[in-house]
Amino acid sequence: MKPENRKRPIVIETPDNGNLQLDPNGKLRHFLSINGLNRELLTEILDTAESFTGVSERTVKKVPLLRGKVITNLFFETSTRTRTTFELAAKRLSADVLSLNISASSTSKGESLLDTLRNLEAMHCDMFIVRHADSGAANFIATHAAPHISVINAGDGRHSHPTQAMLDMFTIRRHKQEFEGLKVAIVGDILHSRVARSQILALNTLGTEEVRVIAPKTLLPADADRLGVKVYHNLEQGISGVDVVIMLRLQRERMSGAMLPSEHEYFQLYGLTDERLEAAKPDAIVMHPGPINRGVEMATQVADGPRSVILQQVSFGIAVRMAVMSMAMGTMNPGASKK
Amino acid sequence: MTPANRIEIKNGRLIDPANGVDERKDLFVEDGKVCAIGKPPEGFKPDLTIDAEGQVVCPGLVDLSARVREPGQEHKATIESETRAAAKGGITTICCPPDTNPIIDTPAVASMIYNKSMDIGYARILPIGALTQGLEGSQLSEMVALTRAECPVLSNAYEPLANTLVERRALEYAATFGITVFIRPEDRHLRNNGCVHEGLICSRLGLPGIPEAAESVAVARDLALADHTRCTIHFHALSTARALRMIEGAQKRGVPITANVAAHQLHLTEECIEEFNSNCHVIPPLRTREDLKQLREGIARGTIKAICSDHQPHDSDAKQAPFPSTAPGISSLETLLGLTLELVDEGIIEMADAIARLTSGPAEVLGLPLGQLGVEADADICIFDPKKSWQLTTETMLSAGKNTPFLDREFTGQVTHTLFQGRVVYKA
Repeated sequence: MKPENRKRPIVIETPDNGNLQLDPNGKLRHFLSINGLNRELLTEILDTAESFTGVSERTVKKVPLLRGKVITNLFFETSTRTRTTFELAAKRLSADVLSLNISASSTSKGESLLDTLRNLEAMHCDMFIVRHADSGAANFIATHAAPHISVINAGDGRHSHPTQAMLDMFTIRRHKQEFEGLKVAIVGDILHSRVARSQILALNTLGTEEVRVIAPKTLLPADADRLGVKVYHNLEQGISGVDVVIMLRLQRERMSGAMLPSEHEYFQLYGLTDERLEAAKPDAIVMHPGPINRGVEMATQVADGPRSVILQQVSFGIAVRMAVMSMAMGTMNPGASKK
Repeated sequence: MTPANRIEIKNGRLIDPANGVDERKDLFVEDGKVCAIGKPPEGFKPDLTIDAEGQVVCPGLVDLSARVREPGQEHKATIESETRAAAKGGITTICCPPDTNPIIDTPAVASMIYNKSMDIGYARILPIGALTQGLEGSQLSEMVALTRAECPVLSNAYEPLANTLVERRALEYAATFGITVFIRPEDRHLRNNGCVHEGLICSRLGLPGIPEAAESVAVARDLALADHTRCTIHFHALSTARALRMIEGAQKRGVPITANVAAHQLHLTEECIEEFNSNCHVIPPLRTREDLKQLREGIARGTIKAICSDHQPHDSDAKQAPFPSTAPGISSLETLLGLTLELVDEGIIEMADAIARLTSGPAEVLGLPLGQLGVEADADICIFDPKKSWQLTTETMLSAGKNTPFLDREFTGQVTHTLFQGRVVYKA
């Protein structure tokens, strides 16, 4: 008794949400994750961002690309840096910006998130910039938002923070020109880091020779070695010969969660100091998504030292976010704003 | 529901694993009971004849775990809606876990659920009594009183006992009176706030994971206590190959242990979660392909005695949220038979054994004379066409919960009639 022509997949076929981000012509519609985006598209984001870096240096720091558009910052989790740079980016594109800080408590239930969404749609918003504590929140909102609305993920749970990853790629490209041949080490709490997940995807997509992660096992995700990285537990070995060192922020609550014994021991083993940095290439750069815990993940002399490009990351963040917003709104005319 | 008192079911392939029957045989029903097999009793004049040519006639299915959401969450589902769905799925007995509101820790709640299901009349709901009062894991429930009020077994639902001393006492007390205890093995500390299997998919999507060890650590502990107390334990909803191996080892040593698995764990893996498919959010979580393969082999070997639906209907809001904030569970009464028959089509298990995992196997776990069609047995009968295809759609689903990852999927093997206590309660 074996009926023919039966479709019986073990894996249920779900809509490929990697494509949820793209319109039928392969152009960016939402920006939710690096997953599913190809090298050409990531390079286009970087090139577009390059064309916007000049805007901040002008006396009139504005271009009229998004004039008349309403962009809503929908932050279910607090943020200073990311929200501010998104706001600045939107204003430099001449959009009207609405910033909402919604306390996590009132939206811990799904229906109120959908309700919030419907209300904002009724106000004729064109774009949502979303930050939320749940992994998958940006995908959820993009799936349920009205078709004319673009969604940009400004960080969802531990899942993804794609604009941060792209500004990091922008910073690396500014300093190293090419990704081929580069060795990049990411140090710290990989397990809880949406930034690290997005960086790993972006670095691999852009052709980086080797991506390493360095952390104790308590701060590494399961099957970390299958994420496209080499895993190290020792900082000196891990940063040996690398071109780029990316330090991650260590949340204080990791101590109480039995992830680590103490900040002191963490700094002893994984804190970046000038001496340890000597294991990296002489021209290696040091990055950090901020905010820095000085004396926990890195020493002050490294954070403020000549190898640090941490403040450049922040400035480039505005240009990268302008690029993503204008591309997602379909208003980016590559010829128009090139210097 | 037809008032026919005498029913003849003829020309079907009668599969009754408890009695070792698998052949073309007619079945005769009178006054709600099976009255004869093969040849009619003398002078038998049927009020109704069902021609089961080309069909399988088997005992009504016994489902060891299905939530009906009543009492307490009637906005999700009711006893009426879910027993109707059960009848459509060929299920005539449902065991309802005690995490209702109020909790099934008093005979009154237990009797209310049982009686209401019998009054409605599509299928019987056997309440599973709470092992501890309020499922709080500190004070033992009135176990004997609960078993006298139609609770065939007891469990602490999805609230694992944190205190091993309480667990020891509960198992000892239950063993005193020969009561079987259902355990959903899970170490709550290792579960933490996880919502998916801790593996590659979880790492990629950045979702909080539940390690395999959350199940195997609990199984190790529970097996040691089963060994010590000689209480009959039934492990509910296994999800990992490692736990299965440990249970099979204990079975070989003669520890009185049985186990079930939810039908969806035999068909879905963690990969189904991509990209954040909330209909695949279940507890225990969907595991790896290797776990799925091993669980299927456990089903084939019979070390896993029962396949249950682990039915958990939800309103649509419960699944409309970012993945970690959605409610876990699948509405699965109507796919239990279909998913099990797929194992037959795939050559994992013989038809008669598949039927046994849905009827005599779970009935043995409960220690009740259900799931069999000997003379004088309740005429709880499922008749299905093993070749007929059908599609699961929200429109045709009878359960109030439409939360299933199997929507729009094609199944083969359609229930054509369900009889409960000699009454036709579903007809395709």
